[in-house]
Amino acid sequence: MATEAPPPRNGTETAHAPASPTTEQFVEVQEGAEFGELRRTHRSFAFPLTLAFIAWYLLYVLLSNYAGDFMGTKLFGNVNVALVLGLGQFATTFLIAWLYSRHAANRLDPKAEAIKHRMEADA
Amino acid sequence: MSTPVLLAAGNATTEHRPLIIALFGAFVVATLVITVWAGRQTRSAADFYAGGRQFTGFQNGLAISGDYMSAASFLGIAGAIALFGYDGFLYSIGFLVAWLVALLLVAEPLRNSGRFTMGDVLAYRMRQRPVRTAAGTSTIVVSIFYLLAQMAGAGVLVSLLLGITSDGGKVAIVALVGLLMIVYVTIGGMKGTTWVQMVKAVLLIAGTLLITFLILLKFHFNVSELLGAAATNSGKGAAFLEPGLKYGATATSKLDFLSLGIALVLGTAGLPHILIRFYTVPTAKAARKSVNWAIGIIGAFYLMTIVLGFGAAALLKNGDIVASNKAGNTAAPLAALEIGGGAGSTGGAILLAVISAVAFATILAVVAGLTLASSSSFAHDIYANVIRRGKATEQEEVRAARWATVLIGVVSIALGALARDLNVAGLVALAFAVAASANLPTILYSLFWKRFTTRGALWSIYGGLISAVVLVVFSPVVSGKPTSMFKTVDFYWFPLENPGLVSIPLGFLLGWLGSVLSKEEPDKGKYAELEVKSLTGVGAH
Repeated sequence: MATEAPPPRNGTETAHAPASPTTEQFVEVQEGAEFGELRRTHRSFAFPLTLAFIAWYLLYVLLSNYAGDFMGTKLFGNVNVALVLGLGQFATTFLIAWLYSRHAANRLDPKAEAIKHRMEADA
Repeated sequence: MSTPVLLAAGNATTEHRPLIIALFGAFVVATLVITVWAGRQTRSAADFYAGGRQFTGFQNGLAISGDYMSAASFLGIAGAIALFGYDGFLYSIGFLVAWLVALLLVAEPLRNSGRFTMGDVLAYRMRQRPVRTAAGTSTIVVSIFYLLAQMAGAGVLVSLLLGITSDGGKVAIVALVGLLMIVYVTIGGMKGTTWVQMVKAVLLIAGTLLITFLILLKFHFNVSELLGAAATNSGKGAAFLEPGLKYGATATSKLDFLSLGIALVLGTAGLPHILIRFYTVPTAKAARKSVNWAIGIIGAFYLMTIVLGFGAAALLKNGDIVASNKAGNTAAPLAALEIGGGAGSTGGAILLAVISAVAFATILAVVAGLTLASSSSFAHDIYANVIRRGKATEQEEVRAARWATVLIGVVSIALGALARDLNVAGLVALAFAVAASANLPTILYSLFWKRFTTRGALWSIYGGLISAVVLVVFSPVVSGKPTSMFKTVDFYWFPLENPGLVSIPLGFLLGWLGSVLSKEEPDKGKYAELEVKSLTGVGAH
């Protein structure tokens, strides 16, 4: 089957791709309200959250670097602030992954699928 | 130095060498069978590069974990914790948090808009040939640095675990690892590689779980008791549980830690061998699921390495760990020996053999992934789209990828044999720094910034790549310190071992500057295609 394939167009399309919408259709959708809403829903969630977890991680690194006494404070038994904050990074990572996935499933997937189906039907 | 444990470990490894070799042999035979089976189903380019895109989210999550949990993270982190306590644990946090960048910003858009390589997405809106060349170069450089570290690590590990100390023996091991990885990738393609990574991930998790359980059992499942024993036995007391033992010495070492931390958290989402894994699933939703599984598996694994590391510190004499390997790389196997009943006991020998075989499996699965990433990028980005200007047939492309695999395999055997005695820790950190400086800025700008241009892409890839490599060449990693690659010469002027603090902001800055300063108008139509595809999956296949 490979030998029958015509050369790929500009390196990003395959021979057996589903019928693809035209560039004009893509521009029209991109400028439309529905896609604008999808873009906003993604960015307004993912961008601030990314900044937040990077800031939280950097805060942790900086505390480890420059606030040794605070980090060494014992909380219970031999468990100190440093260990709790470190495990806290694990916990927030799991939490953010879950939050994002829930957001994506509830708010992004339905919008994305609606646009996808319509464009592929029109193409 | 008195090293009874170590000597005993040496005896045990020599005595039980047949057991270690049998376990390792079983893994090799099983993976070769899988590879041949996968090879018989590998026909099209999508099969070779992306395993036919038929893996489920869970399978891919497992394979991603197998690709990501290298010997450096398994033996290295446990060893660093065993020697430096808390500071060793800092690594694993950066390695884990980094996955959120992949989840929130990269995995799904990449799956939706690319086909086989990172270059597919980077070059989408740009002039194909220059950007493909840049993406291919950066992919190959990152993968080779990473590959070298793994190959050299294999030599060190084997010499320690099997008691092979001759140069010829180490070279033979490096050559064996190289040959196996060439076979996995040329015959099995992505499908074979993925299964090897899944099997390895299961073995690694099972092995680690067993040792973790035994250590916790010994300390009555009381973490505080384990930490206390580790602190006391390390001879450093409470300081062992606080930050600073490894990185807290000087203002420079603190800055170095900050630099490392940034490179780790931003590097993962730019590692080519990780990025191509997102193409092995059918949809963006499955890509999201795979990252979620990977976060769960990798997170659980790093939590266990904490127990492993502190367990090693609590059970072994600090001097014995250092005498066996200065970087602590054998702390986990030694802890396995000890928890199994100590030197001379059958239980100890069996656990040591299991952990050693798991470590070999780990190295093989990771090198296969790295080789596939670099040969895919060579064949798809450089050969098919630059040299043949997009006119190569699928068959020609896959043939080129197979030859590239052989070539890259041979080159890394040669370099790995030469690098076997060098300090290789810097190479992995460098791979992360290059990925974060050259690849991540370009990926993010390509996906999310409409004014990004070809010049911006080239400036950020080459600027990030060159600045990271140059800064490392003139850092203490290469010269001027007792721990450097070249101890006898001194030409370093950049004080940090990790270049990320400078090269990552530079990569982002150059991408912006190059775009603002270029006369070419961004291709509006192409950006519309890329943006709509990346968020909706229109036309994804």
